Amino acid sequence: MDGIHDLGGKQGFGTVRYTLDAPAFHAAWEVRANSLYAHAVRLGLFNMDEYRHAIERMDARHYLSASYYERSLTSLASLCVEKGLVTREELEQRAQGRFPLAAESAPGRTNLPGRERFAPGDRVRVRADYVAGHVRMPGYIRGKAGVVVSESPRYPFPDAHAHGVPADDEPTYDVRFRSEDLWPHSSDTALVHVGVFQSYLERID
Amino acid sequence: MTTPDHVDERVAPMEQRVDAIQALLDERGLKASEAVEELSRLAQEEWLPRNGARVVAKAWVDPAFRARLLADGRLAVAELGLAMPKHHRRLVVLENTPKIHNVICCTLCSCTAFTLIGLPPDWYKDLDYRARIVRESRTVLREMGLDLPADIELRVWDTTADTRYLVLPTQPAETIGWSEERLAGLVSRDALIGVARL
Repeated sequence: MDGIHDLGGKQGFGTVRYTLDAPAFHAAWEVRANSLYAHAVRLGLFNMDEYRHAIERMDARHYLSASYYERSLTSLASLCVEKGLVTREELEQRAQGRFPLAAESAPGRTNLPGRERFAPGDRVRVRADYVAGHVRMPGYIRGKAGVVVSESPRYPFPDAHAHGVPADDEPTYDVRFRSEDLWPHSSDTALVHVGVFQSYLERID
Repeated sequence: MTTPDHVDERVAPMEQRVDAIQALLDERGLKASEAVEELSRLAQEEWLPRNGARVVAKAWVDPAFRARLLADGRLAVAELGLAMPKHHRRLVVLENTPKIHNVICCTLCSCTAFTLIGLPPDWYKDLDYRARIVRESRTVLREMGLDLPADIELRVWDTTADTRYLVLPTQPAETIGWSEERLAGLVSRDALIGVARL
C-alpha cells in the first residue's frame, strides 16, 4: 500500500534529532512493548510481515504522531484482536480508555508469474505495480532502473506472507540505483541499494 | 490520537495500554510476563553494539576472517558465538575504504541487524532520518557531524527485506598493532550504522 510509512525521499522533514549514544528506549513501557511483540512472533501468533503490515495500516495521523513503540504496540494489539485472541472491548476496559487499532487489511497477492533469475550486473527495472495490501517495494524505486549487485537466499514473499496467502519463497536482489535516476536534479549524489523481491523486478534487455 | 484539529483525551496512556495487552496474554496462558523478563534482558544486556565491535576488531586483525566475513557474514559471526534471528537469513558486511563510505537505513520501518548493532537508536527509527537519508544522504550525514570529502563515493543501503547489513569501518592508521580487545573498544554503534567514521 502507498501508506504514510513509505517515507524514503519524502520532503518536508527536518534535521535528524541525533545525539551521540542515543538510547533505543526512553521508558520502561517501551522495553515491555518491544518484548511483548517479540514474544508473540516467537510463539507464532503472527509473523514479521503481518506485524509490519499492521503498523502500516494505522491511521496516517496516528502513525505520524505515535512514538516508535506506540506503533509497535498498536500492531501487536490489532493482530491479537484480528486473530480472535482478545477483543477491543477487553483491551479498552483494561486500559481504561480508548485503544486505537489498525484499520482493516486489503487482500494480499501471491508471487508474480514469469519471475526471472538475475545475476550480478544484470540491468533491471522495478515493475510499476500498485498494491493494495502489504508490499516491501519503497515507492521511490517504482518503475526505476538499476543494476543487480547480489542475490539473497529465498525469503517468504511479503505480499502474501502478511495476508496468509499461499506463495513460494523467493530471493531478493540487492539492486543499485543512482540517486540521480531516482530523483533527477533533486538529490545528493549517491548509490542507493535496495533489497528488491524477485516478483517486483523485470529484466531490461 | 492527537492532531491540531482534534484532541481525543479519552485515549488510554501508553503504560495502561501495555498493561492491558500483557495481562490479557497472561490470562490466555501465553506467559507474557515471563517472556518480558527474558526478552527485556536480551534487549538491554545481550543485543549490544559491542557484538558488532568484536566482529570489526577481529576482521581488522585477521585477514582470513575478514575474507570469510565479506563472503558470508552470517556464518562468520557465528564463529564468534554471535547469533542472528532465524528470519535474518543473510548478513552483508559493507566494507568502507578511503574512497567508499557505506551507510544503512530502513525507510519503511526500522530493520537492523539488532543482535549485532543493538536495537536501533531513536533517530534511526524517526521519520526525518528515514525520509531524508536516501535522497539527501551527504547533507544528512553532514548535519549529523560526518562531513565526507567530495571524492568519497557514498553508498546508502535501504533494509527493505530480511537481509541485514553491517558496516565494516576502516581501521584508523594509528591503531595498527593494537590488541583485538582494545580495537573493539574503538568501534561505536554509529560507525557500524555508517553515520560516523573512526
